[in-house]
Amino acid sequence: MTSKPDRTAPLLWLLFAAGGTASAMLLPALVFLTGVAVPAGWVSEDRLRSLLGNPLTLLFLVGIVFAFLFHWAHRFRYALVDLGWGGLGRQGWVFYGIALAGTTLAALAALSNLD
Amino acid sequence: MTPELRRPLPRTWWLRKQSYLFFMIRELTSLAVLAYAILIITAIWTAAGDGSFTTFFDFLKSTTSVITHVGLLILALVHTFTWIALTPKVMVLWQDDEQVEPDVIAGANGVIFLLISGAVLWVVLG
Amino acid sequence: MDVAEAVFEVHRYLPEQEAEPRFQEYEITYQDNWVVLDALNYIKDEIDSTLSFRWSCRMGICGSCGMMVNGEPKLTCESFVKEYDTETIKIEPLAHFPVIRDVVINMDDFMEKLPTVSPWLIPEEELPIEDGEFLQTPAQVAHYNRFSMCINCMLCYSACPVYGLDSSFTGPAALALAERYNLDSRDSGMGARADVITAHEGIWECTYVGECTEVCPKGVDPAGAIQMLKLSYALDWAKSLVMPRGSRS
Repeated sequence: MTSKPDRTAPLLWLLFAAGGTASAMLLPALVFLTGVAVPAGWVSEDRLRSLLGNPLTLLFLVGIVFAFLFHWAHRFRYALVDLGWGGLGRQGWVFYGIALAGTTLAALAALSNLD
Repeated sequence: MTPELRRPLPRTWWLRKQSYLFFMIRELTSLAVLAYAILIITAIWTAAGDGSFTTFFDFLKSTTSVITHVGLLILALVHTFTWIALTPKVMVLWQDDEQVEPDVIAGANGVIFLLISGAVLWVVLG
Repeated sequence: MDVAEAVFEVHRYLPEQEAEPRFQEYEITYQDNWVVLDALNYIKDEIDSTLSFRWSCRMGICGSCGMMVNGEPKLTCESFVKEYDTETIKIEPLAHFPVIRDVVINMDDFMEKLPTVSPWLIPEEELPIEDGEFLQTPAQVAHYNRFSMCINCMLCYSACPVYGLDSSFTGPAALALAERYNLDSRDSGMGARADVITAHEGIWECTYVGECTEVCPKGVDPAGAIQMLKLSYALDWAKSLVMPRGSRS
């Protein structure tokens, strides 16, 4: 039985791991901000808008969108396999494609913010 | 040769044992990660315009948004907790012939989580 | 010695006589210190000699007596009857393997997979005997020691849903064994083993359910071994991008 190495797996796993670490570290605080701080009035609309216009913030946000989406894509497609939907789950390009599209959207939106 | 008995695994295998169920929940927390990425994209996108950002900001103050966020927070914390708990398995460190206690590695990552969370909150709210 | 009653519900599959499997109940009196294997041997000796099951050392080192006990993969020689307080104690063949007869499973798939990870030392260069033995410090032994404890009992394969869904998955024991050799200071075979380990049916198919580690009777932690392999080979790949000749694979 000859095995052939999966050449895309190492990169996809590293992206999954990076995204998983980024989301593990950042997601609770971010959810708290938009889910509690904003409704409670601890962050004003102007403050949030100015943050979203700052190039460094935008770079950071596009970065985490990239990390979050590739983490989701890899983990979710394998979850589908484990749930018995391997037919869909094995079509990795669908999920990584969505992640790439989302990252591109974020990047384009960020660029238009900087105008 | 007598026929062998095959017992295929049913699709509901993960409902049969608590540890399997926790595993599936853990994996599906990735949906919270997806959801928030979409939120960030929406935030950046609407911030470019004027009116739409106010709509977005007002939506964040709605009951729907708060309830959704509570759900996301729970999933996010499950993800954070389970992820940090598993880091010692991937990051095996040695002090001569003794393995560094897994709890120490997980604990250190937990502290980093608290520091990073604090930093994010301070940058935005401070 | 205290005695008590127990009812065993044992999976029967007798393909020469019956096409369908069934369960057969055996009511026995057991002694307080009996393990499930003792009960099965009592049943075979005194009640029903047609019952077939594997066993050997009866002390948790040969790996022969693995079965599902109340739905959990266990070594029956290490499972005390008195621990089970259900109305009946259900004995089934190890999950995820084809059944030959009663609770005897076909382990060919596992036996074929083990040698594919090259579970032997692959030294950097073959040194002559006259050079003497390999020296290893306690620290170097400690690095791979727990992964060397596998008794090939296959409980981990029965616990693993990935293997249950796809039997082409190399599986916990074989991959843990690969890591045992990769981590051995006397070995330089990480590259030689790469094709099998980094195939899709190798480490990448694992979704870290972690049940393999939970059921392992020898504390091998195959789940941990697989995650370490993922990191090792992923970093090795990353290094190969920067330093094409610097990788070990």
